[in-house]
Amino acid sequence: MGEVIVITSGKGGVGKTTTTANIGTGLAKLGKKVVLVDTDIGLRNLDVVLGLENRIVYNLVDVIEGNCKTKQALIKDKRYDTLYLLPAAQTRDKTSVNPDQMKQLADELREDFDYIIMDCPAGIEQGFKNAIAGADRALVVTTPEVSAVRDADRIIGLLEANEMKDTKLIVNRLRQDMVKRGDMMSAEDVVEILAVGLIGVVPDDENIVVATNNGEPLAGDASLAGQAYMNICRRVCGEDVPFLDLDVKKGFFARLFGK
Amino acid sequence: MKFSDFFRKKSSGDVAKDRLKMVLVADRSACSPEIMERIKNDIIDVLSKYVEIDREGLDIKITQMDGEGEGSDGRTVPALYANIPIRNILERN
Repeated sequence: MGEVIVITSGKGGVGKTTTTANIGTGLAKLGKKVVLVDTDIGLRNLDVVLGLENRIVYNLVDVIEGNCKTKQALIKDKRYDTLYLLPAAQTRDKTSVNPDQMKQLADELREDFDYIIMDCPAGIEQGFKNAIAGADRALVVTTPEVSAVRDADRIIGLLEANEMKDTKLIVNRLRQDMVKRGDMMSAEDVVEILAVGLIGVVPDDENIVVATNNGEPLAGDASLAGQAYMNICRRVCGEDVPFLDLDVKKGFFARLFGK
Repeated sequence: MKFSDFFRKKSSGDVAKDRLKMVLVADRSACSPEIMERIKNDIIDVLSKYVEIDREGLDIKITQMDGEGEGSDGRTVPALYANIPIRNILERN
């Protein structure tokens, strides 16, 4: 029986979809059978981040409405045989689906997959309620900024109110150089404020932009972000992995003349 | 802390953290002004049985204080702060 994980944040633009794509890719690299469900109906993006936008035939709403079988709507990843995407509908809205239907779908997917990952839309309305309906655990993504952390706090409260048993935090786009000079909250600061367990810290890394441009998530490659995502995947699977040192190594001259 | 830090103003990271803590106290306590007003009036009603209160000088708000006891881990918790000036103790027979 598979496990259903929702990736959520409250605030938009903090990296939910990128995180979903990378955790899916990382888990597939670890040999797990994974399906990523884009629940952001009307504003789908997980397909482009994965580079699968040209392969969509059926979508989430088609499955819910019974226009096709669930298996017909699943798109196999370009690179990993055990990774699948269930895309959102682009021309419908969040009210096309309700939480009971999502729960039912999640339970159906449990039969065939090790991990079912729900990419939640921004906000706290219907889309959020749909995305968390069938989930066993939640990963809350935030950046070390006041607006994102405030929204994460609200989301954590709502997850608690919905009896989510396991909620963990991902601090995304951390810039260690700024933390060092005191101009950015550290992951520890954010954890202290939100009082929830940390499952990963992902550095702000140019390679993410390149990976998204190419539609090939970088989890598991040599980049710092790629390593950070892979570590999150191992922790999701229950491994105890130490946190990365995110210090960007400067060259000799930069160290000599820089601050 | 470095010696030079004494002359530097608070870092923006710390400012962000402090501001967040304050705003989250308000968010988490989620007490609307109407509820606060009702709490205030009820407190006045109860206390008025025993003491005469300076209603104008009365101030109540939700603030943050260090958690006490087991499991608080030094975390802060929302607390109801009330400053209630007493004019007179009512004599009761």
